[in-house]
Amino acid sequence: MTGSEFVPLSLPPLVIGICAAIACAVPGNFLLLRKQALIGDAISHVVLPGIVLAFLVTGVVSAWPMMIGAGVAALVCVGLIETIRRLGRIEPGAAMGVVFTAMFAGGVLLLEQSDTSSVHLDVEHALFGNLESLIWLDATGWHSLLDPAALAGMPPELWRMLITLLAVLAMTMVFWRPLKLSTFDEGFARTIGLPVNLIGLGLVIAAAIAAVAAFDAVGSIIVIAMFICPPAAARMMTNSLEAQVLWSVAFAVLSAVLGYVLAGYGPLWLGFENAVSAAGMIATVSGVILAIAAAFGPFRTRHGVPAEI
Amino acid sequence: MADVWPPRKWARRSDLMLFEALTLQLGYNATLVTMGAMLLGIAAGATGTFLFLGKRALVSDAISHATLPGVALAFMVMVLFGGDGRSLPGLLIGSAITSAIGLLCVSALTHRTRLSEDAAIGAVLSVFFGFGIVLLTVVQSMNAGRQAGLESFLLGSTAGMLWNDAVVIALGGTLVLLAVLLLRRPMTIVAFDPEFAAGAGMNVRRTELAMMGLAMAITVVGLKIVGLILIVALLIIPAVAARFWSHRVGHVVLLAGAFGGLSGYVGAALSATAPALPTGPIIVLVAFAIFLLSLLVAPARGILAALIRHRRFQAQVHIRQGLLALATGQPIYEPLTIRLMRRRGLVRADGVATETGQAQAARALLDEHRWQVLRSDPAHEEAAAHYDWLTPLDTVLTPDQLRALDDALGPRAAT
Repeated sequence: MTGSEFVPLSLPPLVIGICAAIACAVPGNFLLLRKQALIGDAISHVVLPGIVLAFLVTGVVSAWPMMIGAGVAALVCVGLIETIRRLGRIEPGAAMGVVFTAMFAGGVLLLEQSDTSSVHLDVEHALFGNLESLIWLDATGWHSLLDPAALAGMPPELWRMLITLLAVLAMTMVFWRPLKLSTFDEGFARTIGLPVNLIGLGLVIAAAIAAVAAFDAVGSIIVIAMFICPPAAARMMTNSLEAQVLWSVAFAVLSAVLGYVLAGYGPLWLGFENAVSAAGMIATVSGVILAIAAAFGPFRTRHGVPAEI
Repeated sequence: MADVWPPRKWARRSDLMLFEALTLQLGYNATLVTMGAMLLGIAAGATGTFLFLGKRALVSDAISHATLPGVALAFMVMVLFGGDGRSLPGLLIGSAITSAIGLLCVSALTHRTRLSEDAAIGAVLSVFFGFGIVLLTVVQSMNAGRQAGLESFLLGSTAGMLWNDAVVIALGGTLVLLAVLLLRRPMTIVAFDPEFAAGAGMNVRRTELAMMGLAMAITVVGLKIVGLILIVALLIIPAVAARFWSHRVGHVVLLAGAFGGLSGYVGAALSATAPALPTGPIIVLVAFAIFLLSLLVAPARGILAALIRHRRFQAQVHIRQGLLALATGQPIYEPLTIRLMRRRGLVRADGVATETGQAQAARALLDEHRWQVLRSDPAHEEAAAHYDWLTPLDTVLTPDQLRALDDALGPRAAT
């Protein structure tokens, strides 16, 4: 395949997919270790009511209001889960299940009630995203990457995703030590005066930002998969947090690239005509990586704990 | 054909419609859906209780998302063999197979690797769902697949539900309910204390699998009405709501079934009154309303009850302290104490004790003295454990014991 074909059609979705995967996988490591992995699941469900409300308030389908709406919905969801968990004294999983299903149902109802038939806003789009459609028509080849006029025509999702990725990475590096401490030994972190609750909230907010930006570009399903699968697979490979984060980034990139390529070209190789969903394929590949890691990873078992209980 | 359908003369006030919907007078299809949703809700509520009590509510989320590849695969297989591809029993069997595989994956990841159950749930649900979407795009590119409408399984779709579909749902719901009834003892024990269950010689793993299998059956049966994304709500929300009302497992199961059935019935009836009210989400929102109500007003664990208990305790403490202050002749400055004591007629506006106030103050002081003697005497160790600055001693000891205590008090008892 030549650059004149690859750059406009495949480069933007590939870069967006990779950025989204890394931006979700990095905070996912900490969520996984804190046993909050399903927060990503909850957040990606409540993004729907958030964007529908933003659309109803502003009346237009544009990225920033919707991202703000989704972010607000994510925070409301996390706040509600915590409130219900404390007030009702119920386990976090059940509180989560109550909140995100109810909010998602509210989102679907709002969508049905409002007149969104004229705009492109539906549940399936929210779930699957539309990675394949993010193409760069102004590009004519690799040299377009240096051409400002052509760069202006780049899908805006790419810039947003890139900024989000950089923000998530910067936040992780700046808060690395407190994050690590409060994740592994909350009591100790509290004694040396770290604001443990604030750190936890910050992590959830970072995850929400990553989820919302990625959702905008690639749909919820990748978001959930990337929050959990690469970190979970990385956990089987090492006992060190630094190495685990690096492994998870590698797995995330591998899932994004392999998934995109398989979705686009796999069916052609098998003799079919149509490509399949790239978002779905990326999630599937991340699952295959996890399965391999779970079967052969050097650190797959709990040390000192028998595998069968 | 008229311009508008239904014709305008048929238009009715919506509250009348709601009444008719609730009394099953909105026609054959609406009645079918309502009855089906109610049965599904009852079975889901009762089953979900055991998941919730075992702190494994979200396993159902993995199960439900894992049905999607099964639906698509079943469609492909049925089309490949020249069938219709849309037959509900076939699609349900397919979804049951993949969700069972998903369930086994969760179990394997949790038991054989270092991953915790929540991570295993998230991994399985996202990967299976993603794979399901891949298969859906394959189905859409098939000739027979364009009109398949398999997407309706995501959020459920009750439009055009057939008698056969309703029978499948009703039968499935009833079977699950029967199984819950049969397995309620082992499931309760395993949910609360798996180690005890193992010690008592029960097969914990198999009981857990049965629990999950029932949840899976509910998911599969509910696909048509509620859809796979929201079916978890029917398993979780009624059980959580019911838990607020009772501490007894049997009652919680019954209540959860009732709440689930009510959500299904009312939700389906409501959604039949207007076209833009999708059945699944409305059922979930009705269940959520029941949950909110329970959270607020349930007598055992509700917020209002806790608030009232707190205020009552606060008043007790303030009055006790106020009475002791009166008895020892100290002035009361705390405004809340004065307000509470005035309301009970114990002091006048200027803070001076009334006659009742004086009598009660003397009694409070005597009680305090008795407690002091009691707590300094090791012989009364057990009774002393009741000391909380509030409980009157005469509710703890017998009159004889009190008299003995007063002898020890000597002259102070006379005050």
